[in-house]
Amino acid sequence: MKTYLLRRALAIIPVMLVVATVSFVLIRLAPGDPASVLAGPDATTEDLAQLRTALGMDQPLPVQLVKWYARLAQGDLGQSIFLRRPVVQAVVERLEPTLLLTLWGTVLSILIGVPAGIVSARYHNTAVDQSFMALALLGLSIPNFLLGLLMILVFGVWLGWLPVSGYVPLDEGVWRNLRSLLMPAVSLGLVQSALVARITRSSMLDVLREQYILSSRAKGLSERAVVYKHALKNAIIPTLTVIGITVALLIGGAVIIETVFNIPGVGRLIISAVLRRDYPVVQGVVLLIALTYTVINLLVDLAYLVIDPRIRYTG
Amino acid sequence: MAVGALRPAATVGSAATASAGGGTALRALLRRRTAVLGALIVAVNLAVAVGAPALARQDPQHLDVRVRLAAPTATHWMGTDHFGRDVWSRVVYGARLSMIVGASVVGLSFTGGLLFGLIAGYYRRLDNPLMRIMDGLMAFPGIILAIALMASLGPSVLNVILALGIVYVPRVARIVRGSVLVVRETPYVEAARALGGLDLRILGRHVLPNCLSPVIVQGTFIFAAAVLGEAALSFLGVGVPPQIPSWGNVLAEGRLYLQQAPWLTLFPGAAIMAGILGLNLFGDGLRDLLDPKLRGVHGASREA
Repeated sequence: MKTYLLRRALAIIPVMLVVATVSFVLIRLAPGDPASVLAGPDATTEDLAQLRTALGMDQPLPVQLVKWYARLAQGDLGQSIFLRRPVVQAVVERLEPTLLLTLWGTVLSILIGVPAGIVSARYHNTAVDQSFMALALLGLSIPNFLLGLLMILVFGVWLGWLPVSGYVPLDEGVWRNLRSLLMPAVSLGLVQSALVARITRSSMLDVLREQYILSSRAKGLSERAVVYKHALKNAIIPTLTVIGITVALLIGGAVIIETVFNIPGVGRLIISAVLRRDYPVVQGVVLLIALTYTVINLLVDLAYLVIDPRIRYTG
Repeated sequence: MAVGALRPAATVGSAATASAGGGTALRALLRRRTAVLGALIVAVNLAVAVGAPALARQDPQHLDVRVRLAAPTATHWMGTDHFGRDVWSRVVYGARLSMIVGASVVGLSFTGGLLFGLIAGYYRRLDNPLMRIMDGLMAFPGIILAIALMASLGPSVLNVILALGIVYVPRVARIVRGSVLVVRETPYVEAARALGGLDLRILGRHVLPNCLSPVIVQGTFIFAAAVLGEAALSFLGVGVPPQIPSWGNVLAEGRLYLQQAPWLTLFPGAAIMAGILGLNLFGDGLRDLLDPKLRGVHGASREA
């Protein structure tokens, strides 16, 4: 068990090395000399020369790469050209809305998706199942940003119930904060719940076909006990995997939804950085998101251990 | 929806024969009404894409500021945008762009994914390093990696295809590798090797054909995800340049004029939904047919 945990944690290292290398390559893919790319359009010749020495651009590529790893290991993601402050600081300043949006999106997708999947599996092949799955397919077919736009149109513009865009920070009141996040979180979570529902349903169906379910039915357990007590526990594992993927997808989704609703989060940060050619920010945000994604997946793997006693990773 | 319903073993059997006889496979697919509906929607979409020049009422880039943000009329079926461009023509040409992007991304990710997947699965020594690289690429949420690549490559149709293609290569490679690991241990591959067959020949003639069906299923979902991905990138302003008609571009304009001109959002929105729905329905049917194990699991993995 301990060896497994250790191995699983160590497996992150090669992944992060690739991630770091990819972000190193990204800057070099951009047209022009990396130093002028990093320094931005307003840089003077001295700035450039200084930056080249500071970044060791005069050294061979492999040396530069190793130095880049070393900088990252110290948590140094460089300076934003446009915002004139460390990238890490710029991200931290924008973190709150993105975190809350992802959190509420995840909560909604589970609250809607898991029950819908269970009910669909229990009433398999009935009208209930078929309408839920038809809805899920619709959900998979609507891009979250489109749902966001439609919601703004209906609830913001036509009905006037909710603010059409903008974000109220948490310290200006929990209620107002929630109100400003309601539509963005629903557009994220509702779409994602479709995927969660489909997977919950199919894993429940798999479990319901197993022998021990047959025997629990044979010994006269109520359908309720069979479905919720015996089947659900075993169906939760694949669902957990999806939830792990979901969180990651929601981070990606949040980036888009922030643009729809004009929310000043990490997503807006990266998009405006792309448009301003502020490469260090793009690079840094991308790295941090990949790190988060990897850690979440690790946590999901570890959660299996807690939930399913049959899984005891050896070696 | 009826797709994914519990079906008797007959479907599983037909999956086995699917690669053998195209006729039976086609007939089995035609029996699924939802899959047929999906195929129909995809066909309409394709027809619109091919016939865009004939269907468009005017040049999708033609500006006419006198009629900017005009509501739908007999001349402008879907209204006009803030430059007075005809939305119908832009949506029609947007379908064309979506199909081009979808097909190219599938082609690119298949080429790369099959190559890396075959090599990683067949040559044990290369497996670990190759797959670690693929894992590293998959550590980025798809849309994030695509955005980062677009930042470096710059906005253009080709770069959108390239960026989304790179996003899906590792996903295809992983599936292919999984199948190769199974296929390479089969007696017929062993026999081919014992007969002194060249690796290239064994891979091409014996391994590859037996790894295709899960990849083909994945292809429809990658197609859908690529269409969504292009729309998302263009919507964010980092995809296709704004003057080129794309569903995402029209929606990006629509966001700015949601109050005055909801048709800028509603029509391209409906086009995207119909397009993706068709691909998903068709993909679900194909998956049930070719890969019953995966039933109900995928759906346009909206990772782009």
